[in-house]
Amino acid sequence: MSNQRIVGIDLGTTNSLVAFMQGDVPVVIPGDDGLNLVPSVVALNENDQIIVGNAARKYLIETPERAVYSIKRLMGRGIEDIREELKLFPFRLAEDRQPGEVLRIKLGDKTFTPPEISAFILRQLKRNAERFFAAPITQAVITVPAYFNDAQRQATKDAGRIAGLEVLRLVNEPTAASLAYGLDQKQNGIVAVYDLGGGTFDISILKLHDEIFEVMATNGDTHLGGDDIDNLLITIALDDIQGDLGLDVRRNGEIVQTIRKAVIETKIALSSQPAAKLDIELPAGKRYQREITRQQFEDLIRPILDRTIGPCKQAMKDAGVTPEQIEEVVLVGGSTRIPTVRSLVKEMFRREPHTDLNPDEVVALGAAVQANILSGGSEVTQNMLLLDVTPLSLGIEVAGGVTDKIILRNSTVPASATQHYTTQIDGQANVAVHVLQGERELAKDCRSLARFDLKGIPPMPAGLPRIEVKFLIDANGILHVSAREQRSGKEAEIEVQPSYGLTDEQVESMILESFDSAEEDFRQRQVIEARNEAETILSALEKSKKSPAWGQLANGERKQIAKLEKALEEVKQQDDYEKIRKAIDALNQGTMRLAELMMDTAVTTALKGKTMEQADMGESPETGHPVAKADFE
Amino acid sequence: MATESTTASPLAETGERVCWSCSAPQAAQFCTSCGKVQPSQSVDYFTFFGLPRKLNIDVTRLQREFYELSRKLHPDLYGQTSKQEQEWSLEQSSLLNDAYRTLKDPIKRTEYLLRLEGVELEEQSKSATETARVSGEIKKQVVPPDLLEEVFELNMQLEELRMSRKMGEDDLALIRELQAHKTEFEKKFEVLTQELKQYWDQWDRVADVDQEEKRHQIRDKMVDVLNRRNYIRNLVRDVNEALGS
Repeated sequence: MSNQRIVGIDLGTTNSLVAFMQGDVPVVIPGDDGLNLVPSVVALNENDQIIVGNAARKYLIETPERAVYSIKRLMGRGIEDIREELKLFPFRLAEDRQPGEVLRIKLGDKTFTPPEISAFILRQLKRNAERFFAAPITQAVITVPAYFNDAQRQATKDAGRIAGLEVLRLVNEPTAASLAYGLDQKQNGIVAVYDLGGGTFDISILKLHDEIFEVMATNGDTHLGGDDIDNLLITIALDDIQGDLGLDVRRNGEIVQTIRKAVIETKIALSSQPAAKLDIELPAGKRYQREITRQQFEDLIRPILDRTIGPCKQAMKDAGVTPEQIEEVVLVGGSTRIPTVRSLVKEMFRREPHTDLNPDEVVALGAAVQANILSGGSEVTQNMLLLDVTPLSLGIEVAGGVTDKIILRNSTVPASATQHYTTQIDGQANVAVHVLQGERELAKDCRSLARFDLKGIPPMPAGLPRIEVKFLIDANGILHVSAREQRSGKEAEIEVQPSYGLTDEQVESMILESFDSAEEDFRQRQVIEARNEAETILSALEKSKKSPAWGQLANGERKQIAKLEKALEEVKQQDDYEKIRKAIDALNQGTMRLAELMMDTAVTTALKGKTMEQADMGESPETGHPVAKADFE
Repeated sequence: MATESTTASPLAETGERVCWSCSAPQAAQFCTSCGKVQPSQSVDYFTFFGLPRKLNIDVTRLQREFYELSRKLHPDLYGQTSKQEQEWSLEQSSLLNDAYRTLKDPIKRTEYLLRLEGVELEEQSKSATETARVSGEIKKQVVPPDLLEEVFELNMQLEELRMSRKMGEDDLALIRELQAHKTEFEKKFEVLTQELKQYWDQWDRVADVDQEEKRHQIRDKMVDVLNRRNYIRNLVRDVNEALGS
């Protein structure tokens, strides 16, 4: 295994996690609040500093215009894709967006693209891992919904780069889950992974065969998840409030967020209780109260859950399997805690689902397994191999606005296809190509990935040039295009205009900005920590000067200590944490004998039957020890 | 989406292939001596798997081979190697996947072999129909003569069904007729599949021997059967769509 530590990251709609392989076992790395889940919430505080995770949640309610959640829904999407989202989510878009530009979200007075906001979350996870390992982390495996298209994948990769992470692999979430599952249950057979998360739904059917995890088919809906349940409940509450109390609070961001928090709590409670109460305080001394039974809840959300049936059936059809052939159905994603989701799955696959794995963590754990495989593998992973597929067919637009599919969905990746183009008029130098992703027959119904021009075709009569274009989908599910004019052997120049997404230059400049500030952040944190440590030692020293031990030191020793003390006092004011650390170490060394003497005094004093306080030491010997090193871990 | 430039794969000048890393001779996709991935060669899918250009393939063996090669070539195994090796692994494993995907399916395998034999298969897909519809041109798809009558009748019925649907009615008698037609076509489809299988055997018998004329005959028969088969498949799909909506 290499020295480079690669972490696995689940960048979720609702929560994000970072995990790594500890020996044979993948484990989640907790945040500084001790919690494994980092809520995917980003806020800008009153000092324009970025706050991420649990600490950012309060801003959703206090200053909703300075906070954002569920940003994953906007990754790799164009303005026309998200009209529905805008009705349901309080995304505040920047108004000054130019046509063709990636949309930006307003946080206070600042604006950020979805990849930048995701990068803030990734950077928090990176920091959590760096704190845990006390070493820099620069490489990661990040999971994405299996049904993410090329633009959404590219946006996720961009987010990684902006956060200062080299994304070694994008792994599909259900596939990652299967790795964690497979590590546990080493048996061959067909497994289905039903992954209903905060914002996305995936179904993947895999064949596990001698530690090869071969995806047979995948399907899903990148806009279906717990968020939809929440939004339904919010809508009902808002209607109720208007109907019963005559109060329209739709425009009141704070109240809507308060309602959101309450309905989420109710939803969670209903997974374990037969009924739960909504109780929301409203302006003007009004109050909204309502009891929801589990039955009512189940009836309400059934239409949402039913939307998972079609993709499941299609995936089984594409995989060529019947429910009877599936050995196990693994549940992933927080929404699979809802009992009625479990019974729906049971109905569909005609078996009890496998619920042993923590549905919130299993994807991150699987990402850690994949990270381990990429780093060369360990004893338990060295024979594991993942063969994943592309979820959507890749096509090109041909005459009449029709999509000609060149790589079909569920093809194992990497996969490629070669197409030949020629010219229609004499001396034509450019040929335009429109690349699409999707299952529909007409180009207008598919997702436009990119338009590009094959340029610099040598002048020839019409129909004579033969331009070979190679489309290659890599193991991340991302498309690469290369072209060559075969008669001249000349490499054709390709100018790609991605339909959605950041250009390389944009990503570069974002990386620089964030890299600078990340470095700065890191440095400042180190300075603050070193200063705190210096303070602790200096005040401990001050106290020990009052102890009898101080008097027992030789004059020279006391002078030496005073000199070191002065040195630390001086560098403490500077911004160089390395100097501060050195001065701390020097003082630690210089006070070694003092510490020993103090221990002796403490023991003697104790033997004389005096308490520590009476011995005038101020503190217990442990903390009074001037060399006690502050623990910052 | 990213663009990249294709690098010409360095081939040994003598034709004798040696491993770029350890110089052991005759390295194929990966070196049997040191295990390292080799630059990809532009070979056809049969050659890639070391198979003769025959249509009956032991798919179980092919699958085993696919798994074994995946364990040597997949990009996941080259996470810590040079960029160049990563690129070769990407090329080799995409070639492996493309080849396996094509050869494991008997119809795709046949179509691929026919293309290698210089046949441009007639585009019978639905996209041809759509192109025709959008551009207003006559569909280039040629109706097999022996099916003309049935196809004509079927199209009439489909049109009738659409009309009655527009009026908000479901003509049950018509639906039953269409279903009967569908069953009829499905039977024909099965017959054609069986016929195709016989040609596979015939092809394989002459594949190695010097009988070009015979080979061309079989090739042309396969093209004909495939076209008819595809045509019927599309008809069944149209009926299914009409009945399903």
